[in-house]
Amino acid sequence: MQFTIEVGRFNPEGTYAENAVPGAPFPAPWDRSPARRYQTFTVDLPEHAVVLDALIAIREYQDQSLAVRCACRSAICGSCAMWINGHANLACKSKLSAFTQDGKTRVESPPSMPIIRDLVCDMKPFWDKHLAVKPWLQNKQPVPPPNEEYRVSNAAMEELIQEVSCISCSACLMDCESFAVNPDFLGPQALAQAFRYAGDPRDAETKERLAEYSKPGGIWDCTHCYECVTQCPKGVAPLEQILKLRKMAVDAGFTDNAGTRHADAFAESVRDSGRLNELTLMPKSVGFFNIVGQIKTLPSAFNLIRAGKFPPLIHKAIPGVNRIKTIFERVGGRFK
Amino acid sequence: MITDHDVLVLGAGLAGMRAALEAARAGADVAIVTKVHPIRSHSSAAQGGINAAIAETDSWESHAFDTVKGSDYLADQDAVEAMTQEAPRDIIEFEHMGVIFFRGPDGKLGTRAFGGASQARTYFVGDITGQALLVTLYDQILKAGVKVYEEWFATALHMEEGACRGLVALEMVTGELHLLRSKAVIVGAGGLGRLYEPSTNALICTGDGYALAYRAGAPLMDMEMVQYHPTTLAGSGFLMTEAARGEGAYLLNSLNERFMKRYAPNKMELAARDVTSRAEATEIGEGRGIDGNVLLDLRHLGPDVILKKLPQIHEMALDYLGIDMVKEPVPVRPGMHYQMGGIKTDVEGATPVPGLYAAGEVACVSVHGGNRLGANSLLDTIVFGRRSGKVAAEYAKNTPASTGGEALLRNEQERLRELLARPYTGETNAGLRLELATMMDELVGLYRVEAGLREALDKLDGFRQRYETIAVGDKGRIFNQALTFSLELGHMLDCGETIIRSALIRTESRGAHTRSDFPERNDKEWLKHILLARRGEGEPELSYLPVTITRWQPEVRTY
Repeated sequence: MQFTIEVGRFNPEGTYAENAVPGAPFPAPWDRSPARRYQTFTVDLPEHAVVLDALIAIREYQDQSLAVRCACRSAICGSCAMWINGHANLACKSKLSAFTQDGKTRVESPPSMPIIRDLVCDMKPFWDKHLAVKPWLQNKQPVPPPNEEYRVSNAAMEELIQEVSCISCSACLMDCESFAVNPDFLGPQALAQAFRYAGDPRDAETKERLAEYSKPGGIWDCTHCYECVTQCPKGVAPLEQILKLRKMAVDAGFTDNAGTRHADAFAESVRDSGRLNELTLMPKSVGFFNIVGQIKTLPSAFNLIRAGKFPPLIHKAIPGVNRIKTIFERVGGRFK
Repeated sequence: MITDHDVLVLGAGLAGMRAALEAARAGADVAIVTKVHPIRSHSSAAQGGINAAIAETDSWESHAFDTVKGSDYLADQDAVEAMTQEAPRDIIEFEHMGVIFFRGPDGKLGTRAFGGASQARTYFVGDITGQALLVTLYDQILKAGVKVYEEWFATALHMEEGACRGLVALEMVTGELHLLRSKAVIVGAGGLGRLYEPSTNALICTGDGYALAYRAGAPLMDMEMVQYHPTTLAGSGFLMTEAARGEGAYLLNSLNERFMKRYAPNKMELAARDVTSRAEATEIGEGRGIDGNVLLDLRHLGPDVILKKLPQIHEMALDYLGIDMVKEPVPVRPGMHYQMGGIKTDVEGATPVPGLYAAGEVACVSVHGGNRLGANSLLDTIVFGRRSGKVAAEYAKNTPASTGGEALLRNEQERLRELLARPYTGETNAGLRLELATMMDELVGLYRVEAGLREALDKLDGFRQRYETIAVGDKGRIFNQALTFSLELGHMLDCGETIIRSALIRTESRGAHTRSDFPERNDKEWLKHILLARRGEGEPELSYLPVTITRWQPEVRTY
């Protein structure tokens, strides 16, 4: 079967084939990523072939200068995450037939990562974040003698297999909307690994970890866009792990941060009035006594006024709000 | 640029990183040189598990005997004893590092059955055991702060007065060549599967470590022992873990028959790999295959076992063949998987070349002999990785720093410059690689015969001559993979030559090496290792070493 592949080329040495056509610059927030040149190739492959098969065929027989990382070809090594039709995917797991749009498949290095050459991005932001969560066991003492394992339940180990299944391909970070606007965000993969260790019954520093992960750039900077859950090729579902960490952090008393206050303001407003009080949401999240923080929100408030989106000054409860309070009481927890 | 360290480790899979960690613990200034990021290493593809006699009902002697029998009595028994005795502690250490091993109801490590083992002694994490070990070890390397030269491609070992004192490597991101000097080098650079087509191995398994050591004068041992795994996925050739059969899967022929009853009536599907692969080939050859495959049937295991204990292979069959193992059997066939032979080392991981050590698949201690048991390779990496790291660090303590190497750096620069300057001939390295690898599978695969091996050697000679003229299809500096692929193909040619020559020399059938013209094992003449060493141009120097036998005399091998 014939497949048409449009490959985003980038060569810092400036050498391009004649048929590599300059592409449009990327839209914000990726407008600082260098524009690619797009080169079209046609490959003849079996119907069930994947994008990586096409890239290897191109590199082996059409253009040996195409740079692409790959090793296992079977979604284990994590080398070949790239943008395929504008979203991060493993090239070895993406069937060409499923990714052909308007007669072609477009592949490129994601503009959310620095680029080295062609489909090879600089993974430094990814590995820096991985390192930042201290991804190693801080052994609970006493460590059993050298001929004895920690006694833990299989269920406790199975709880972590989802995170251990991570192959560090970075598809989640490449498409993370929070990372796109905030380079300091630890990101989905690192936080999923943070849970992998914080949630390990053999780890001694759960509290220290939760304190660390609750800081700006950590668990509260995720905006729940679900891109990481959608893009992860191994079902790690990083967002779900971030939510687990949030619960652990709040339960452990790490509540003095904008994230918890924001979540609390949501819950309290719904409990007390049956709906969201947008007027108090921002001040409550920032903290009422945080004068500098409050002043910093003023431009946003003015923008809202200008756009005609400023919430009503009088916030009314919905009828039957008592029944909502009953739900909160039944559920229990911090807001009953 | 020239940089100095005490110990350099080439390769960042389980053996390389375990060696680096141990050398760092011993106080050495250690650095890892790897052509891919450590997490991309092929150790991650090991699925089924890792063997050790930990249970009270088990013993290291039993593990050792199974390993020796599995090796068809070619393994050195002192090395096997060391490995099986140290296995429990090494695995427990990984548990302490955080590996989430499967547990039994008592909260202690739990096992699954594996081929060629007299009892269930395989410890595991689902069917991602290698990956689970690799990420945990990588995180320990981060914690220890070991320097990693990532995406640096080694082009030659630096030799000084007959001793190995570092290497030259190409930094792929800049295209710059560097001289990295050290007092000792540990090669843990993995296997050579790309020399065969098809193979379960990743595209990065190109025999670099064997070739670099061989060119530096280190002998390669038992290179004829190439393992074919019985269950590789039809078409792609991806690995379907032996754990599937360990959990109870059947092998069926076109008559829906569990044909292993004819070949291994006691162990059935869990016979050693060489036995099972040959059985499959016989079935297929005698017309009881299905399009050149047999069937791996998991249906009776039920969705719970399949989805919880074997999720990765379930996903792979679904992704690459559209087959749901819960509902349908999967077509599989024997495929090249592992090289038992390698750089000859002693039981500490030291090669005959001073300052040069090796561990993992690239090394030959030998613990696998003629045929490796499933779940013994991960064990090999962590036991001999640790051992070699320790002795290399000790050796480095009493060794003065190297001061030379500039000439080698200049030579390598010149070699690469010439390679890049070659004019196009129309021929590609990829095309040549495919011809070579197809030829290896055909003539130096599961069955070998003298005429075929002679033909293979002639062909290889022709491939070499063509290789010398093929241009590199990318003239750039930055991330030039066409250049590194050309170097890799050179490594594969060296490996191929040693495999063919050793296969010609061994006129018997033992383990994975089956000579149709010499179908019997011949202990009288061949209870010995074959070593090939490069001495200048021309044919390699041949020597033999007796097999070390401590307690198990060779017996007839049945399963």
